[in-house]
Amino acid sequence: MMKSLYVKGLLTAGTVACSMGFGTMMAHADEKELTLCWAAWDPANALVELSKGFEASSGIKMKFEFVPWPNFADRMLNELNSGGKLCDLMIGDSQWIGGAAENGWYVKLNEFFDKEGIKMDAFVPATVTGYSEWPKNTPNYWSLPAFGDVVGWTYRKDWFERPEIKTAFKEKFGRDLTPPATFDELKQVAEFFQGRKIDGKTVYGASIYTERGSEGITMGVMDVLYSYGFKYENPKKPYDMKGFVDSAGAVKGLEFYKSLYDCCVAPGTSNTYMGEGIDAYKSGQVAMQMNFAFTWPGFEADPNVGGGKTGYLVNPAGPGGEKFAQLGGQGISVVANTDNMDGALGYIKWFAQKDVQDKWWSMGGFSCLRAVVEDPNFTKSQPYAQTFLDSMAIVKDFWAEPSYATLLQASQKRFHDYVVAGNGTAKEALDGLIADWTETFEDEGKL
Amino acid sequence: MTDTPADRLARATPQPVARRIRGLSDRAIAWIFVAPTIFLLLSVNIFPLIWTIRLSFTNFAANKPNAEVKWVGLRNYTRILTDADTWANMQTTAHFLIWTITFQVLIGFSLAWLINRKFKGNDLVTTLIVIPMMLSPAVVGNFWTFLYQPQIGLVNYAVEFLTGIPADSFSMLGPGGWARWAIVIVDTWMWTPFVMLICLAGLRSIPDYIYEAAEVDRASKWRQFWTITLPMALPFLMLAVLFRGIENFRMFDLVVLLTGGGPGDETLLASIDLKREAFEKWRTGYSSAYAIVLFVTVFGLASIYVKALNKVKER
Repeated sequence: MMKSLYVKGLLTAGTVACSMGFGTMMAHADEKELTLCWAAWDPANALVELSKGFEASSGIKMKFEFVPWPNFADRMLNELNSGGKLCDLMIGDSQWIGGAAENGWYVKLNEFFDKEGIKMDAFVPATVTGYSEWPKNTPNYWSLPAFGDVVGWTYRKDWFERPEIKTAFKEKFGRDLTPPATFDELKQVAEFFQGRKIDGKTVYGASIYTERGSEGITMGVMDVLYSYGFKYENPKKPYDMKGFVDSAGAVKGLEFYKSLYDCCVAPGTSNTYMGEGIDAYKSGQVAMQMNFAFTWPGFEADPNVGGGKTGYLVNPAGPGGEKFAQLGGQGISVVANTDNMDGALGYIKWFAQKDVQDKWWSMGGFSCLRAVVEDPNFTKSQPYAQTFLDSMAIVKDFWAEPSYATLLQASQKRFHDYVVAGNGTAKEALDGLIADWTETFEDEGKL
Repeated sequence: MTDTPADRLARATPQPVARRIRGLSDRAIAWIFVAPTIFLLLSVNIFPLIWTIRLSFTNFAANKPNAEVKWVGLRNYTRILTDADTWANMQTTAHFLIWTITFQVLIGFSLAWLINRKFKGNDLVTTLIVIPMMLSPAVVGNFWTFLYQPQIGLVNYAVEFLTGIPADSFSMLGPGGWARWAIVIVDTWMWTPFVMLICLAGLRSIPDYIYEAAEVDRASKWRQFWTITLPMALPFLMLAVLFRGIENFRMFDLVVLLTGGGPGDETLLASIDLKREAFEKWRTGYSSAYAIVLFVTVFGLASIYVKALNKVKER
């Protein structure tokens, strides 16, 4: 009996000792490690390289959790919502900021910025509003602008410059084939290329966003609608949407998007987003492509479309001459649940430095620091640099409300139903959208 | 005196353990054995169900832990049952269920009937037929997305070859009304082998002497099929329908990969809609009510079906 008790005692003591040792080891590991969560895409690979500088200077090991875009919001919002400890730093989408601030997922950074002398006016204003502020247009900062992004267009400059194509275009439309400056011109060019044989291969007019599951078609439609006069709400009366969401201009814009889908995309592109757009463009399937600016460095490096074969376009203007573009991009935030607050804040301080931001841009990361993008040499640094700058000056973003996911699902459904499935009219789709959004805001107690 | 396995087990039981157990009744021992299972069932099945029912009467949103949770009575249920979109999704689910099961039963039973005959290479053919059901739905979804691609996909190419309709003039997963049938085809391709295997088990359980007696009575093959084969394989067939029905009612992965529920809401099954409500829109109370409605539907249909199955078995 005594022997048995002795063995049990030893085992218990051993277990406790091991647990304590392991616990200490874990605590130690937490202080020496940081996990950064982001989407799995090219810029994330660049950030891994960039972060080696932080590892060298701080002694903190960086770990990364990257999730493909279609599952990124699902996975990460679940993580934040469940109070998980996977991420110390989060490069979350711009629309998450309202929910993240109101639900306490992110750390408010005002005090930290003041203490470290990080000034928000050192960053491109649109990125501060889009990625950092909640409520919008108030000096309450929840992230540091990390990656500027915007929807723009790429076109096959080499095709546009071919004499036989230029001649054929001039014969058909009586004007020179130039990069489109308006959406009407864009459609005309797309129609011209649709089904045309180039180098023995049938090509198509344009690749646009039509994805149903996450946010694709909303990003594409909104990118057009803004320039047609769409507004989310009455500027004088928040959440008053009648006459703004379904304005005559907005209806025309949505009709235009559908007509572009009907006339000028490749067959079978009823569920396409960023990845499919990249593939279509790189493989020489389309003459023009709508996509976020983050894709542009990849095109420059591509043997098929790089080396001067690609031109970059700011979003064309709408019928009234107005020109806006859909904001993409993200800010970097400290997750409130982190066990390594000092390390996470240290990373943000390091990331905000001018030399790090210079390096970030050179590696394919779209810096938001004005000192980088306003440098006289910036526009010459890459063929797309000027387009990026011009595009960032005209951005608008989707709702960043805490209920953004519900608002987004409603627009996904309404837009896809009208544009791709061809059900109903544009006016009905937008009126339906107002009804859905009104219900959401009523549930939220905002109406 | 007999030496039963129970006696041998009793002798082999160490004395301290035997002493402890000796004082317990058979019922108590039975409870000790089933208690862990009951506890597990209560904690992972019954408790979540009760919790879901409770949530379904509230406006709870899991992404707003600090918000006040209000009792909303039957509002969530009223919204669901009066929402035209929900009914449209239920119709889409019904379309998917009815046609996948119909095709799988017809093709699965026919294949089983053919394979049940003895021929050279029987085993190899059976193995080849069951390959699709061994694949992951993610692989099947991506694989068929390529097959359905209008420009490079084999499906459109085959249609062009057979009918002359240009391959790039229609899209199986896009607008045009084919998407609902496209997902039915993929599910049928993947799961017909499963139905075939169950039917094969049923066919092989029919004793040969029944057919021999029918031969003696000069019954035709057609009559043998209708009076022996089909009635005796029917319980197996019904079991296959039950399994596939329950599986397809909660179909999610394959359809999300193929169409994402589109075009529009054309292939938006109730399970996909429920997931969006629960984990994208975070309307936890509403989605709990939605889940209960689906649960009651499946449970009700399955109960009626199981009763019918038992009646068939009793015959």
